Amino acid sequence: MKAQRLGTFSISSLVIGFGFLYIPMLILVIYSFNASRLVTVWAGFSTKWYVELFQDQQLLDAAWMSLKIAFLTACMSLVMGMLASLALVRLGRFRGKMSFAGMIPAPLVMPEVFTGLSLLLLFVAMEKSFGWPGGRGMLTIWIAHVTFSTAFVTVILSSRLKEIDRSLEEAGMDLGASPLKVFFVITIPIITPALLAAWLLAFTLSLDDLVIASFVSGPGSTTLPMKVFSSVRLGISPKINALASIIIALVSLGVLTAGWIVRGWERKKTLGIPQ
Amino acid sequence: MIHSWLKHLPGGRSLIIVVPYLWMLLFFLIPFIIVFKISFSTSALSIPPYRELLQWTDEAVKLTVHFGNYLFLMEDRLYWVAYLSSLKIAAIATILCLLICYPVAYAMAHAPSHWRNLLLMLVVLPSWTSFLIRVYAWMGILKNNGYLNNLLIWAGILDEPIQMLNSSFAVYIGIVYAYMPFMILPLYTNLVKHDHSLVEASLDLGAPPWKTFLTVTLPLSKNGVIAGSMLVFIPSVGEFIIPELLGGPETLMIGKVLWQEFFNNRDWPVASAVAMVMLALLVIPIMLFQHYQSREMGQNP
Repeated sequence: MKAQRLGTFSISSLVIGFGFLYIPMLILVIYSFNASRLVTVWAGFSTKWYVELFQDQQLLDAAWMSLKIAFLTACMSLVMGMLASLALVRLGRFRGKMSFAGMIPAPLVMPEVFTGLSLLLLFVAMEKSFGWPGGRGMLTIWIAHVTFSTAFVTVILSSRLKEIDRSLEEAGMDLGASPLKVFFVITIPIITPALLAAWLLAFTLSLDDLVIASFVSGPGSTTLPMKVFSSVRLGISPKINALASIIIALVSLGVLTAGWIVRGWERKKTLGIPQ
Repeated sequence: MIHSWLKHLPGGRSLIIVVPYLWMLLFFLIPFIIVFKISFSTSALSIPPYRELLQWTDEAVKLTVHFGNYLFLMEDRLYWVAYLSSLKIAAIATILCLLICYPVAYAMAHAPSHWRNLLLMLVVLPSWTSFLIRVYAWMGILKNNGYLNNLLIWAGILDEPIQMLNSSFAVYIGIVYAYMPFMILPLYTNLVKHDHSLVEASLDLGAPPWKTFLTVTLPLSKNGVIAGSMLVFIPSVGEFIIPELLGGPETLMIGKVLWQEFFNNRDWPVASAVAMVMLALLVIPIMLFQHYQSREMGQNP
């Protein structure tokens, strides 16, 4: 679409829209440096809530548990999503493709409470029938997270796979490389930005999930959102503001870095520098 | 040679299909069937707390299908009210979200191209932070001695704080705020592809801008509007975090009822029946979204 000068209406809707989106987060960050325990009354600058945050061993344990699960989820759902999108985009017709194409994105639109309940009932039924997975904890949370993250990863990767120029892969095949080699030497490098985006999305989805994890977790496997939720339920607390500010800072840093890396790649591509 | 061996491996192609297919069957389709099955069971004081449908008695298989949970849901007014108010709250919030996000997405699509990536990044960024934290942010703003009440009192608009937290108003704000990126993104991807010459033709032929918008731009953006609205409406119906943290006693939502039925009452069969009815209500919106999404994903280039 051709760019024109923006009218007053467009500019004011951008200002209002982005103001609405960012002011609540800005308030969180500012008041995390508030000295008062009463979060909404300003009483001078202080970093004591950050100090308290890092002394809360339970919270740190929960954060570590969440990070471990998120890392493993992102890796596994990248593999699953890659296989699923290859099956959908590259393998042509196969028996059951319609049900496959319908089932893969379904977790995207399932209400979280439904997904959580249904996976818990599965784990319980499996445990009763053949004694696996042996109690609920990190493993069951990981399985649940991989299941819904795979849907997101597949959407990203399959749209990218559809776009790429297949002549490069065909050239590789013509020159005698095996399909597997073509995949790793040609296809993977081309879709690296999409792979990175998908991995990060799966990672943050897993890190953020409260509802599904609450259903499928067991004693001793409290994740960070579960810990935050049980504290937030009792009201607002300056420690949670400090935690929120750290999350916002890390995410902004991550998004900026990723944007910068992808821009570098795109520039390299347009200049024609071989990878 | 290793790769010539791999090339002739018969399973290569089917392995790509079978691995994710089996995963989804086991962890998506079968759980679905189990919820359906347990919704016809009755609760029991055992581990797990429900009775099996199939039982071996005197060398015969006995199948007990119990419709009681569904009858219970129909008879108890609480569930009716919860379903209807979830649908109503989700629908109103989706419309509000569409009204706020459409102008934003439109302005983004018309912005100079070097701005667009930055704006897009700014829309996505909040959704990469925590959902819980973003809902939590509104607790501080809306509470009785919160920032908004303090601001309004300071400005002389209010004399004493009004109750904003724990009300349906807070739930609407929470849903609109939390799901904004999901509305803006599909709208933007649709609007940015429009051919501007159509709008110019309409304006040249003398149609006023509002008429051009209603007869050209809006119909062309139908797919974006449907996708965005479904992405907001469907999860909002089953939403738990927002009504729990921002809602009050009068904002009954079915996601919260299911949660309480499961965690507080420990009645798994009733919770399963609540979940099945919730899904039945969402079948049409989900099909609408799936139709759009699987066509996008399944088609070959």
